[in-house]
Amino acid sequence: MAKIVNVFIDGHHLEVPDTMTIIEAADKHGIHIPRLCYHPDLPPTANCGVCVVEVSGNPTPKRACCTPVAEGMKIVTNSKKLRSYRKTLVEMILSNHDVVCPTCAANNKCELQTLSNNLGVDPDALPCILDKKEVDFTSPSIIRDVNKCIACGRCITVCNEVQTVYALTFSERGIDAHVDTAFANGMANSPCVNCGQCTVYCPTGALREKSEIDAVWEAILDPDKHVVVQEAPAIRVSLGEEFGMPLGSITAKKMYAALRKIGFDAIMDTNFTADLTIMEEGTECVTKLKAGEKRPLITSCSPGWIKFMETYYPDLADCVSTAKSPMSMFGVLAKTYYAQERGIDPAKIVSVAVMPCTAKKFEARRPEMRDSGFQDVDYVLTTREFLRMIKEAGIDFAKIQDEDADEGMSFYTGAGTIFGATGGVMEAAIRSAYTLVTGQELDNVDIQAVRGLEGVKEATVNVPGFGDLRVAVAHGLSNARKVMDRVREGLKTTGESPWHFIEIMACPGGCVGGGGQPYGNDIASRARRGLALYEEDRSLPVRKSHHNPEVVRIYERFLGSPNSELAHKLLHTHYFKRSVYTGQVTGEATHKHH
Amino acid sequence: MTLEICQKYAPNKDNLIQILHDVQDAHPQHYISPEAVDVIAEYLGVPANHIYGVLTFYTMYSTSPRGKNIIRLCESPPCYIKGSDNILRKLKVLLGVQTGGTSKDGLFTLELCACLGVCGNAPVMMINEDVYGDLTEEKVEEIIERIRGMK
Ligand code: SF4
Ligand code: SF4
Ligand code: SF4
Ligand code: FES
Repeated sequence: MAKIVNVFIDGHHLEVPDTMTIIEAADKHGIHIPRLCYHPDLPPTANCGVCVVEVSGNPTPKRACCTPVAEGMKIVTNSKKLRSYRKTLVEMILSNHDVVCPTCAANNKCELQTLSNNLGVDPDALPCILDKKEVDFTSPSIIRDVNKCIACGRCITVCNEVQTVYALTFSERGIDAHVDTAFANGMANSPCVNCGQCTVYCPTGALREKSEIDAVWEAILDPDKHVVVQEAPAIRVSLGEEFGMPLGSITAKKMYAALRKIGFDAIMDTNFTADLTIMEEGTECVTKLKAGEKRPLITSCSPGWIKFMETYYPDLADCVSTAKSPMSMFGVLAKTYYAQERGIDPAKIVSVAVMPCTAKKFEARRPEMRDSGFQDVDYVLTTREFLRMIKEAGIDFAKIQDEDADEGMSFYTGAGTIFGATGGVMEAAIRSAYTLVTGQELDNVDIQAVRGLEGVKEATVNVPGFGDLRVAVAHGLSNARKVMDRVREGLKTTGESPWHFIEIMACPGGCVGGGGQPYGNDIASRARRGLALYEEDRSLPVRKSHHNPEVVRIYERFLGSPNSELAHKLLHTHYFKRSVYTGQVTGEATHKHH
Repeated sequence: MTLEICQKYAPNKDNLIQILHDVQDAHPQHYISPEAVDVIAEYLGVPANHIYGVLTFYTMYSTSPRGKNIIRLCESPPCYIKGSDNILRKLKVLLGVQTGGTSKDGLFTLELCACLGVCGNAPVMMINEDVYGDLTEEKVEEIIERIRGMK
């Protein structure tokens, strides 16, 4: 049990639990101690030394991020000595840094830049000792520029502890110490699953997405191309804050207006295919349940999770839904169904996806995702890239008038929109699976037990005619590991999985916390954006995927029925086995259903 | 081969350092290859990136192929004061390599290291397991020629 202790920070008397560090106590009381490597969501790495404070009874300064408070402690956060320490530290970092702020992806969001500015650091205090190293461009999702790395170690903590992917490590030591992949093979030849969580927590521009903005402008400005755009659920609640609106503002209609202003030819919505995914995945689930299947069904929308599964759990690949992600379903339908309905040559269609996710860039380039006869999704923009395009186009987002999307593959239900939050796919699936099993409607559609930010959530839903449906929801890959280990264990010992149906998202918080989301994507803002999606769900006229009129229509006019032969051909996929060392495909894990 | 070496030890991550030593020693080119790391990772249940971190942290391990004989010349102050920089220059000329390099015939790799603990005989170098002290340029030439003769 934590004891409450009295501490004095710069003369302020605080009462705080003794489990806190000095920096936590100070933060809680609005006293900002300068810091660089520390992030409140992560365990401290204590690598930078910027957070030094003077602590009574200690001859030398202490790092506030890793020093626990103690009874009677007197702490000074600002003194001549501390100021000069901090300045020198930052000057040393800058002397070994590729300072190109004006064009840097992190400009204005960079913690090193802000700190240097706040401390009044002289950039030329020390001579430049930067020995420029090669930038890692191997990954389709992420660029790693070690010349902007301050060796804070956050990415390593995130990759190894939060995600348990084990792609990044510190290599060498002393002045040569730097972040790297094993044998400096590059991100694309490592187990990296492209989740982008390292880009979210990187305090500088050293880790960022591989931008496709230029290619998208190119297509938009080409009169021969018909550029179709889709936006993931999480996007509509992640744009406003950049333009001074409150965090978690619901801005679907402003988003459509901005896309139209930028010049996209057809503005559709990934939420539509989220509803379609529920029909495909829900039907798959119900078929399994009715057959008394002992192996669970696991969701497949998160590409970071899929690559993780292929690398660490290929033995369970047959448990993962064959349904493609909503993005990829949209991609293939844009160049088949949509092209056919509108009489457009699919070769002229350029399909763009705005995603909160860096792993979607990898997914779009998987060789399986070409069932339309073309690459189904041509370009993927992260939320951050989309924000840059909005600014480049000179759009005042907060003031732009609401507009609707174009008709057709844009209609969505509340079930589709909550896909963007952890637990949302599960909740949406239950709303429809219930009807698929019982032929009746679920009255209370709010399934609270699967909402919220607990790492692993479990629930039991009574489905008349079936019995108790046991479900689990995990977000963040270390939590996925916990669930998958129990499934593996259950199947091995009793031949049965602890749950029938499992939702897994690679990113903590689900897509609202995706690796492509705006900088400052901490746990608290993920929670706020998630709530916004549930708010939108409540406000929508239709809240169950099987009642989406456009979904009904696409089955009538094109696909036949869920899991039909054509649906299987276009909307389902198969999985591979991958090396845990290089991340490369080593064989098939499941086969494509014909 | 790597697997056989691993199996001399319990599959416990505490044995990593020792396994790395044995694997490196058993390799004719005195290094630890990516393939070997893959095998060790699987055997110990330790991710490959962690092993790479350990490998590059310690200077005694190499991640690239090396010569048959590893020369490690001490670069610590006592040896430096007694002229280790002249010895280094001589070795570079004799072998036709820079620090860290491997001679064309594949016989020698030239490396620097921290104190070898025999400062009384500075300047000092090790070739494989043998220590050579009180080095002079003539003595170094003799040693290298002798090893070349042995092949
Ligand atoms: S990482 Fe930060 S300090 Fe470095 S160039 Fe980019 S914005 Fe500037
Ligand atoms: S993208 Fe994800 S898996 Fe890849 S290095 Fe970053 S945190 Fe690790
Ligand atoms: S890449 Fe970014 S997060 Fe990783 S150590 Fe460098 S600065 Fe820190
Ligand atoms: S913030 Fe404490 S050491 Fe970096």
